[in-house]
Amino acid sequence: MIASLLRIFLLAILLASGGNALAIDAQDAFDDPVLQERYENINRELRCLVCQNQTIADSNATLAQDLRREVRDMIAAGQTDEQIRVFMIERYGDFVLYRPRMTAGNFLLWAAPVLLLVIGALVLVRVVRRRARETDSESDGPEAGQS
Amino acid sequence: MLKFIVPFGLFLLLAVFLMVGLFRDPSYVPSPLIGKPAPEFSLPSLQDAAYPVSSRELLGQPWVLNVWGTWCGGCRQEHDTLIAIARAKTVPIVGLNWKDDNALAQKWLLELGNPYAVVAEDREGRVAIDWGVYGAPETFLIGPDGVVLFKHIAPMTMEVWNKEFLPRIEAARAASGSKS
Repeated sequence: MIASLLRIFLLAILLASGGNALAIDAQDAFDDPVLQERYENINRELRCLVCQNQTIADSNATLAQDLRREVRDMIAAGQTDEQIRVFMIERYGDFVLYRPRMTAGNFLLWAAPVLLLVIGALVLVRVVRRRARETDSESDGPEAGQS
Repeated sequence: MLKFIVPFGLFLLLAVFLMVGLFRDPSYVPSPLIGKPAPEFSLPSLQDAAYPVSSRELLGQPWVLNVWGTWCGGCRQEHDTLIAIARAKTVPIVGLNWKDDNALAQKWLLELGNPYAVVAEDREGRVAIDWGVYGAPETFLIGPDGVVLFKHIAPMTMEVWNKEFLPRIEAARAASGSKS
């Protein structure tokens, strides 16, 4: 009983510390925790183009290593997050971003949920009105339609 | 009648989109560099580190940049095609040896033949990042004005060369000829 409780406890600790254990580099890139956090956040937003469903924070492909080095050097050189993002987009296109921007090319995709909702609402209104008219004229004779 | 045609039309439209999507390669990422000035570089030559290879020297003519490495299977696959293309002497092929071992790369060229006018050694992979390279082999076509005209990702074949590269090279030559 105690042994199994202990096992669960150990498992819980392992799971809780999983976030840190997942970091791929053996050492932190920066001594400064603020810079290190920026570094990790940017890495988590950039796609590794070799292994497309991983971020460069997750991947150990050589390209991901090179891109992490590039991010580290740019942070060390005092560049802003936005400058680093632009650097990556200029080279690899919007696909490198895990959180896509709204552009002229993909505007329709962003607008689609609202657009479909509006179209659906219009169809609904039309159908309901027509049904109401039909049932009115069927059931109650001519006067009932005037309400 | 309209009640039938509208949904059917929408269905057809969706079917066409899905059909097109079925035949597209999801691992292919279009390059944002097309139509933009090629990133400049100056790297040591693979054969002689004292001799720099600079992209600026290539201005004024169409040229091809081929990204390769001895660790890359597709590069071995396309090598004979590159040699055949180089033999036709249409445009200079510049090699970008990407994150490779110098001795291995030199041995590769000695054993398999050298299709390159010159090979730049990008040991650190920084120039490759500037060019948005993510998987060798990749082949770029650059116009006489230094603008990237086309990028092919995957091993080069004669079919791709004849269909995608040659017409663009001719068009670029014609355009730059009429300007001067």
